[in-house]
Amino acid sequence: MQSTTSQTGHTEAHDAHHEEPGFWRAYVFSTDHKVIGIQYGVTSLIFLLFGFFLMMMMRWQIAYPGHPIPVMGPILEKVLGDVASGGVMSSDLYNSFGAMHGTIMVFLAVVPLAFAAFGNYVVPLQIGAVDMAFPRINMVSYQCFVVGGVVMMVSFFIPGGAAQAGWTSYSPLATSIPTDGQTFWILGMVFLITSSLLGAVNFIATIIQLRAPGMTWMRLPFFVWAQFVTAFLLLLAFPPLEAAAVMQLMDKVAHTSFFLPTGLAIGGNLANVSGGGSPLLWQHLFWFLGHPEVYVLILPALGIVAEVVANNTRKPLWGYKSLVYASLAIGFLSFIVWAHHMYLTGMGTAISTFFQTTTMIISIPSVVILTCLLISLWGGSIRINTPMLFALGFLPMFGIGGLTGLPLGLNYSDIHLHDTYYVIAHFHYVVAPGTIFGLMAGIYYWYPKATGRFMSEFWGKVHFWTSLVFMNLIFQPMFAQGMAGMLRRMVDGGVNYSLAKVGNDAIGGLSDTMIGMNVGISHAAWLLGVSQIPFIINFFWSITHGKKVTSDNPWDATTLEWQTPTPPPHGNFATAMKVYHGPYEYSAPGQSKDFAPQNEPMR
Amino acid sequence: MDGFVDFWRAVMGMPILASEHGHKVDYLVVVMHWLMAALFVGWILFFGYVLVRFRKSKNPKASYQGVKSHASSYIEVAVAVVEMVLLFGLAIPLWSQMVDKVPAENESTVMRVIAQQFGWNARYPGKDGVFGRQDAKRISLDNKWGDVPDDENGKDDIKVYNDLKVVVNKPVVVHLSSMDVIHSFKVIALRVCQDAIPGMNIPLWFKPIKEGRYQINCAQLCGTGHYTMSGGFLTVLSQAEFDAWEASQGGGGTTATSFE
Repeated sequence: MQSTTSQTGHTEAHDAHHEEPGFWRAYVFSTDHKVIGIQYGVTSLIFLLFGFFLMMMMRWQIAYPGHPIPVMGPILEKVLGDVASGGVMSSDLYNSFGAMHGTIMVFLAVVPLAFAAFGNYVVPLQIGAVDMAFPRINMVSYQCFVVGGVVMMVSFFIPGGAAQAGWTSYSPLATSIPTDGQTFWILGMVFLITSSLLGAVNFIATIIQLRAPGMTWMRLPFFVWAQFVTAFLLLLAFPPLEAAAVMQLMDKVAHTSFFLPTGLAIGGNLANVSGGGSPLLWQHLFWFLGHPEVYVLILPALGIVAEVVANNTRKPLWGYKSLVYASLAIGFLSFIVWAHHMYLTGMGTAISTFFQTTTMIISIPSVVILTCLLISLWGGSIRINTPMLFALGFLPMFGIGGLTGLPLGLNYSDIHLHDTYYVIAHFHYVVAPGTIFGLMAGIYYWYPKATGRFMSEFWGKVHFWTSLVFMNLIFQPMFAQGMAGMLRRMVDGGVNYSLAKVGNDAIGGLSDTMIGMNVGISHAAWLLGVSQIPFIINFFWSITHGKKVTSDNPWDATTLEWQTPTPPPHGNFATAMKVYHGPYEYSAPGQSKDFAPQNEPMR
Repeated sequence: MDGFVDFWRAVMGMPILASEHGHKVDYLVVVMHWLMAALFVGWILFFGYVLVRFRKSKNPKASYQGVKSHASSYIEVAVAVVEMVLLFGLAIPLWSQMVDKVPAENESTVMRVIAQQFGWNARYPGKDGVFGRQDAKRISLDNKWGDVPDDENGKDDIKVYNDLKVVVNKPVVVHLSSMDVIHSFKVIALRVCQDAIPGMNIPLWFKPIKEGRYQINCAQLCGTGHYTMSGGFLTVLSQAEFDAWEASQGGGGTTATSFE
C-alpha cells in the first residue's frame, strides 16, 4: 500500500483499474482488511460458542457427577467413543474438555475476536488508511489461524482424544499423557502463534506508517492505542512460547528432556528419558507469554469501551493522556509479573518480593484506566443503547475481576486461595463479563458501519440483561466456594471432599451447601447459553432485515471510521482524510453540533 | 487480632483453621477484602449516582470539561500507599519468615513426602533420626523411594502411603518432591499449599495447633485421577500418641508402600 501522502492518487489509480474480484478473491482469499476482520470475527464467534459448549457439558458432570448427560451424552458417545461411554463424561474427557475450553477461549475465540477481528476492521478506518500495511501477510495470518483451529478441532477425534493437560500444558504431565492430542495441541499452537505474530507486525507497521495527515499520536482514538500496545505484547511475548512449544514437541516425539528431570518415574518405573531438564523452565516460558496474554485480552476491550463511552456520554474521555500512558505502563509491566502464577513452586524471598512488587504496581495503571472511564461519565448526557449497556456493564464487572486479583497477587494470601474456584471466578470476571461484554459492545456499535443496518435494540437489551444476570449467578458463588477451599479441575464436582467424612470424621471436607452450589451454577451456565440465542439470531437476521441506517454516521461519532461510505468500499474512503483535532471533540463549546468529526476543522 | 480474624473468617465462609501461621494468612485475606470492598463500594456508588444524574433525559447537554477536581488522583495515591503497606508490612515479611526460617530439624517432626499419581508417600527417619540414602536411578515398582540396599540409616525408616502422622504444637518440616508429574500438597485447614515438583526437593514447614485428621488435596492438575488424591490424610497426634505409633511401625515398614 501507498504511504498516506499519496493516498488520493492511489485511490484514483485503483478506481481506474478496478476489476470486480470473483467470489473466492472477494470473500475467501481476500486481502481487504475489512473482509479479513469479518472472517476473523465470524470464525472466532463460532469458536467462542464451541468453547462455551464444552463448558456447558462439563458443568453437567460437575453438578451431577456420574450421571449421563441428557441429549448430548449419546451423541458424545457416538462421536468420541469410550471416553463418553454410556453418555457419562469420563475423567479423561473432562480433562480434555477443560484443556480445550481454556485453549479455545483464549487462543481461538477472545484474542482473535478482540485483536484480529476488531483490530483489522476498525484500526485502518480509524487512522484514515486505505488498508493494512501488508495486506497479503494479513491474509496469511488468517489462514494460519484457520489451520491452527482445524488442527485443534481434529485432535478431538484421534485415538486418545484432545489434549488433557490444561491450557497451560505443564510438563511432565503434558509429555506423559498417552494421547497424540498433546502433540496436536502443540502443532496447533505453533500455527496460532505464527498467525498472531504476522498480525502483530502488520498492526505495528500500519499504525506507525499509515496514519492520515494530521493524525498525530495524541490524536489517535484510544482504541488504536490499545491495539498498538497489544500488538507489541504479542510480538514480544509469543516467540518464547513458540520456542518452548517446539521444545515440548521434541520432548514428546524425539525423547529429549528439556522439561524432564532426572529420576522421573511415571507409573512406578523410571521413565526412558535422559533427564536433566527442568519442569519449571516450561512454566517460566509459558507464563512469560501467559501474563501479557491477559492484557492482550483486556486492552482491546478497554479500547472499545472507551470509544463507546465517549460516543454515548457526548463528551470527551476524561484523562485521555492518562489512559494512553497507563496502557503503555501496563504493556511494559506485563512482561515482568509472570512468575506471580508460580508463587507456590518453591519461590524464595528475593524473587517473590520482586514479582509481588511488580504485581502490585501493575494494579495502579489498571485502577487509573478504570477510574478514567468511570469519571468520563460525570457531566455526560448519557444515551442508553445496547452498545452503551454492554460498555457500562463492563465497568463494574471488570472492576470485580481486577480487585479479586489483589489477594491472589500477594503470595501469602495466595496460599489459601491458590487453585481454588476463587481463581476461576477472578479471571472469568476479567474475561467473560469483562472482556466479552466489551467485545459485545463493539459488535453492536460497529455493526451498522459494516452492514448498513442496526441490530435489533430490543433483542440486544434482552441479550445484555440476561447475560449480566446469569454471568453473575455463575461466577459470584464461585468466590464463596473458593473461599471455603474448593479446588479447581475436580471431575467429580467436589464429591472427593466427602471422602473426609467416611469412617473417621476428618477435617477439611466441604459443606453440602458449598458443593450444592454447583447445581445452581450449572443451571445458570445453561441459561447463559440460552441467552445467547437472541444474539445469534439478531446477528444474522439483521444483515438483511435490520433497521437501515439513514446516514454514514448513525451514532453521531467523531472518529474517522464513520466518515466512510456504508459499508466502506475497497479502499475505504471516498476522499483522502485529513485530521484537524483530537478524537473525542464532543459537545465542544462554540460548535454548531455536539460532535466534531476529526476530519472537519473546528471553529 | 485473633477475635477479629475469627469473626471475619466466619463471615467470609473460610474453613476451620488448625495451624499457627494460618492466622496471618487469614488476616491478610481479610484485610485485602476490606480494601477491595472499600474500592468497589466507592466505585459502585459513584457509578450509580452518575447514571441517574447524568442520563440524557435529566442532562440533555453534556459538559465538555467534565470533572475538574483532582480527587481521583489522591484516591489512587492512597490505594497505592495501602497496597505498599500490605506488601512490605505483611506479605513480604511473612513470606520470608515462612521460607527462610525453617525450624531446626531436631526440634521438629521431619518427613519426606513424595507425591505420585495419585497419592502421597511419606517417609520418617525413624529412631536414628537419619534418612536412608536414596538414588533416583534405582527407582522401580518395588523400590519407589530408590533406596540404596544395605544402607544402615535406612533400616529403621518408616514409610507410609496416604496416611501421614505429625505431632501437635511442634513444627513439622516436610521435604517435598514428586516422582512423576507436578502435584501440589494442600491441606486446607492448615493453610498449607506447596507444589511438589519432580527433580526438585522443596522444604516446607508449619505448626499444627489442633489435633485431628485432616484431608490432603492435590492442588495441581496431575492427570486422570487428580481428584482421587484427596484420599490422603494427615493426622495430628499428641506427642505420646505419635511415639506409640512410631514404635508400632518398627523399622523399615514396607507393607504400606506397595504400588496401587
